[in-house]
Amino acid sequence: MITFKDLSLVYPNGTPGLKDVNVTVNEGEFVVIVGLSGAGKSTFIRSINRMVNPTEGELYVEDENILDLKGKDLRKLRTKVGMIFQNYNLVNRSSVFKNTISGRLGHTGTLKSIFNLFSKEDKARAYNNLKRVNIEEYIYQRADQLSGGQQQRVSIARVLTQDPKLILADEPVASLDPPTSHQVMQYLKKINTEDNITTIVNLHFIDMAMEYADRIIGMRDGEVVFDGPVSEVSEKTFEQIYNRPIREDDLRGSDTDDGEE
Amino acid sequence: MTEKNKNQKSKSNVHSLYPRKLKLQITWIFIIVLLFYFYSLYETGADFVTLIVDFDKIINALFNKMLPPNWEYISVAIDPLIETIQIAVVATTFSVLICIPASLMAANTIVKNKFIYQTTRTILNILRTIPDILLATIFVSLFGIGIISGILALTIFSLGLLAKLLSETIETIDPRQLEAIRASGGNIIQVIWYGVVPQVLPQFISYGLYVFELNVRASLVLGFVGAGGIGTIIDTELNFLRYQNVMAILIVLLVAVIIIETISNMLRRRVV
Repeated sequence: MITFKDLSLVYPNGTPGLKDVNVTVNEGEFVVIVGLSGAGKSTFIRSINRMVNPTEGELYVEDENILDLKGKDLRKLRTKVGMIFQNYNLVNRSSVFKNTISGRLGHTGTLKSIFNLFSKEDKARAYNNLKRVNIEEYIYQRADQLSGGQQQRVSIARVLTQDPKLILADEPVASLDPPTSHQVMQYLKKINTEDNITTIVNLHFIDMAMEYADRIIGMRDGEVVFDGPVSEVSEKTFEQIYNRPIREDDLRGSDTDDGEE
Repeated sequence: MTEKNKNQKSKSNVHSLYPRKLKLQITWIFIIVLLFYFYSLYETGADFVTLIVDFDKIINALFNKMLPPNWEYISVAIDPLIETIQIAVVATTFSVLICIPASLMAANTIVKNKFIYQTTRTILNILRTIPDILLATIFVSLFGIGIISGILALTIFSLGLLAKLLSETIETIDPRQLEAIRASGGNIIQVIWYGVVPQVLPQFISYGLYVFELNVRASLVLGFVGAGGIGTIIDTELNFLRYQNVMAILIVLLVAVIIIETISNMLRRRVV
């Protein structure tokens, strides 16, 4: 369970990121955060694993206020929270397998990790996760030789190898084409239901949010302007969140036109 | 944007590639640089006319004294040459090892602390401003004549260069790849090992080989101040005016440098 309590964030240069956010995310939920770019979606997500530092309020992850965590405790929090990025953020020159197993780094001693001494279980875990996202045939390929969708699947496998309680995905499909986008979202959804991992995803595509979310949180100018189950959401809700009429490019499109793979 | 420019251009009748102000500035800079040349030539008393008129005399004098090279002397030059290469190998190895922590501390993608960053940068800058020959002189006076002084001088000299190159490479890496490892709970050493090293390793190897080449050539000069290597015998032979021996040494050296550069180029092309 994650609880935001009056959480605010002002960046060092004075830009406000979050304003008085109060949200509770329950275990196993699939939450999609929508909003225009600059609305504070990324800041919201990155506060949870402290990739950014909120300046005021409290933020509880599993009943622990994470705002004061430092050093080892902070790294321990991050091992519990997996993160998926818009640009996949794989280490380009390393192999798919090395990228996947780097999800275990938080659980592995420094010396062991320098000499690549991962335990048998860890290696098996990494391989099985690659299998789960159907990318195990590329195990020794360099990460930058894969297509965008394939790279994002590797990054999902990396996060799974971390054994997280929670997955954060920051615009995971913004750099992908429509069919691949749906594929990635389907994997995320599948993992959410099968493993009961709480998942928070940033999206700006309305149709995708509606299709995959259990619950939608709308943000504008650093504030939560909507929070409710997907059943309560209509096109009008989005117009309120975006503060403008819905446009063509707010939609990702369907996955019927099969592209890659 | 481009269309707007086109419109502006067609409105005015001037079809110049550069704005008038820029052309004026460039002209002025040219004139100033030229004036500076002539002033320097005048002040230093450099006489290019004599150089050109007497060019054949100079060449004659040089070649009559240096040619033919004393081929027998080559066997004497081999041992100092090996010593030179050994100095370069040891100095390069030391500087490569020391430059890793130094360049990490001088890269703002890794070290967020401004004080550490600036201090390391300043130290490295100071190291780089000291000429290698001066370093060698200092070490010779400290540790006496011999290869130890040469090794120390070259280590410090190439450390400054290598750390500068490497730290600048580390500053241009993709920070997002590091972010992912940090987000999965990796500590700073793991971030460096899994995120930074794969990104900079090819350049690092390339720089290391380049600095090795430099060190082979630099250790030659160091011999003149008694820091060991092939420079020592060049110095001796020059002092005894045995130019044909000097020519033999130069030929040995030329061959050695060409071989080293070819091998190192081949290796570098492999890794990049």
